[in-house]
Amino acid sequence: MGRMTYIDAARQTLAEEMRRDPTVWAVGEDLGRGGVFTQYKGLVEEFGPDRISDAPISEAAILGAAVGAAMMGTRPVVEMRFSDFALCAVDELVNQAAKARYMFGGQSRVPMVVREPIGMWRSSAAQHSQSLEAWYAHIPGLVVVTPATPADLRVLLAGAIRCDDPVVFMEHKDLWALEGEVPDGPVDGDPIVELGRARVAREGRDITIVSWSAAVHGAMAAAETLGTEGISAEVIDLRTIWPWDREAVLASVRRTGRLLVVHEAVAAGGFGAEIAATVAETLHGDLRAPVRRLGAPRIPISYAPPLEDRVRVTPEAIVAAARSMVGQPEAADG
Amino acid sequence: MTARTAESPGAPPNFDRQRLLDQYRMMCRIRAFEEAAVGAIADKLVLGAIHPSIGQEAVAVGVCGTLDRADILLSTHRGHGHTMAKGADPVAMMCELFGRAGGCCSGKGGSMHIADFEVGMLGANGVVGANITIAAGAAHAIKLKGEDRVVACLFGDGAINRGPFLEGLNWAQVFGLNVLFVCEDNGFAASTRTQAMTAGPGPAARAESLGIPAAEVDGNDVLAVEAATKELLADVRRGKPRFLVAKTYRLTGHTGVDPAPYRTAEEVAEAWTRDPIARARGLLETAGYAGDDLAAIADSAQREMRAAYDTARAAPWPDSDLAYADVQDVGDPRMVAF
Repeated sequence: MGRMTYIDAARQTLAEEMRRDPTVWAVGEDLGRGGVFTQYKGLVEEFGPDRISDAPISEAAILGAAVGAAMMGTRPVVEMRFSDFALCAVDELVNQAAKARYMFGGQSRVPMVVREPIGMWRSSAAQHSQSLEAWYAHIPGLVVVTPATPADLRVLLAGAIRCDDPVVFMEHKDLWALEGEVPDGPVDGDPIVELGRARVAREGRDITIVSWSAAVHGAMAAAETLGTEGISAEVIDLRTIWPWDREAVLASVRRTGRLLVVHEAVAAGGFGAEIAATVAETLHGDLRAPVRRLGAPRIPISYAPPLEDRVRVTPEAIVAAARSMVGQPEAADG
Repeated sequence: MTARTAESPGAPPNFDRQRLLDQYRMMCRIRAFEEAAVGAIADKLVLGAIHPSIGQEAVAVGVCGTLDRADILLSTHRGHGHTMAKGADPVAMMCELFGRAGGCCSGKGGSMHIADFEVGMLGANGVVGANITIAAGAAHAIKLKGEDRVVACLFGDGAINRGPFLEGLNWAQVFGLNVLFVCEDNGFAASTRTQAMTAGPGPAARAESLGIPAAEVDGNDVLAVEAATKELLADVRRGKPRFLVAKTYRLTGHTGVDPAPYRTAEEVAEAWTRDPIARARGLLETAGYAGDDLAAIADSAQREMRAAYDTARAAPWPDSDLAYADVQDVGDPRMVAF
């Protein structure tokens, strides 16, 4: 095992996949100079401008062209800079990429990865901060990936590139500098099987906290605090939200009897609702407390830090919610 | 640069008589297919919307019939003619219109999503202009792989007001891609006259503003469309995208059930005098073909498409389990109960 940052995991994995498969290429704005977050830095020197390809600021064309290129036997990795900008290419992703295989009766596959950095990051305000993973989870045909650690980013990106489905790959901007343990050597085995498989980030007995992406780290901090109070919280990192690891969540909640879902995205219509509903439908008799969700209020993200912080789901809020669910009173202003 | 107008061959030029006869036959087949399909609406066999291209057959045959089998075609919601001219089987297409087993998309696409990857037809599209960026991407892959085939992308005049038109043309030009863009200009964007909603001098000027040379042809003259296509494809095959505007007219409504009250009977009657099939037939008669022989070709096309209609009507529905097939591999709905 060695240590690696989230961004190095991304860069190294893409490079390895491009070395492994000559049909893999990347396209997006500013890739030649390394990408907006340097996640492509140095790659044009190795692979040349045809495979690390700069694109005009034309999100619809970037994504539409990727669909055509994928149908013609290449594997484009599409960079959208910010998931917010991918909204300029919703038709291309939702109406074209996601549906081509189905509506053409299986004649075509669209093997492409659409990288959409998500989340709040240093006063980026309302058009550069959203977490829209639930939108894509709603669309048949798409795979939605939300890695929380360098190790997971590595294996999940390899799986996303190798699988034949269109994948929305959502890296959290606030995690680029995060360091973590990563297995030595290139990704081996079949990383496609990791898509849809959750990770038990921390084992526990009293409550199951399900999360993904950057929110996992808040859940882990909360679990640590809860542990000092004698509450044993299990943290499940979904890693991909479509498909999501239903079995892992149900097995955990069957044991703990309590479910708290935590995500950064707006709670209303968020993917937490899907998990909560599934658990309520499936495990009603086994639940020792009502299912709860923590997510953002339904307001755009602000610029000023105190306003931005107001919508964050903090470890303190997670602790308070978990505490109340296991029968200990919430703090007065929890 | 100003738009060039390809010379209309006029009559009687030194055209290839056998070639025109083949083109006439294909236009008759496309017309007969669509007449049968429109008739099937009343019989409740066509289930969703279809968009006939009656009157526009010369564009389909002049452009798509000029492509090699290995070349790629991206089409529109009005794509029956393009698809047939590229070589697709009309029986499979009729089955698709009827939503039956044996349809070219297994009954999952219908008219607006007809595709036949075997003949390089990568799909009609239900979203106006969406095929333009996909076509650019198909050509991008061809370039990356070092292949020498071309992509033809047909769209209507309404598409030029959508962003993907600008983005897709710009993309093809900056990357030097093998795309022939063809604006099939029938004057109407659905039920609105396109000119009333379009600023500036039109599609050719927009292409040329991006440095893509454009030619305009009489889209009801199959020989003119073919000649212009051939000339432009010579450049396209060398990585120079080109643009063709084929002026034509939609002789029926936007959909199979649209009576098109937004235009006058006189206008439509006048347009029928420019029917591309009658025009080709006139040229062939001038060139010495017997009228009876040409009528027999049209009759044969009618019989072929009636047979396609009967075959499709008799075809079974697709197995309903197919509803769950070909969604995706990862998260396959057949594997996981959600």
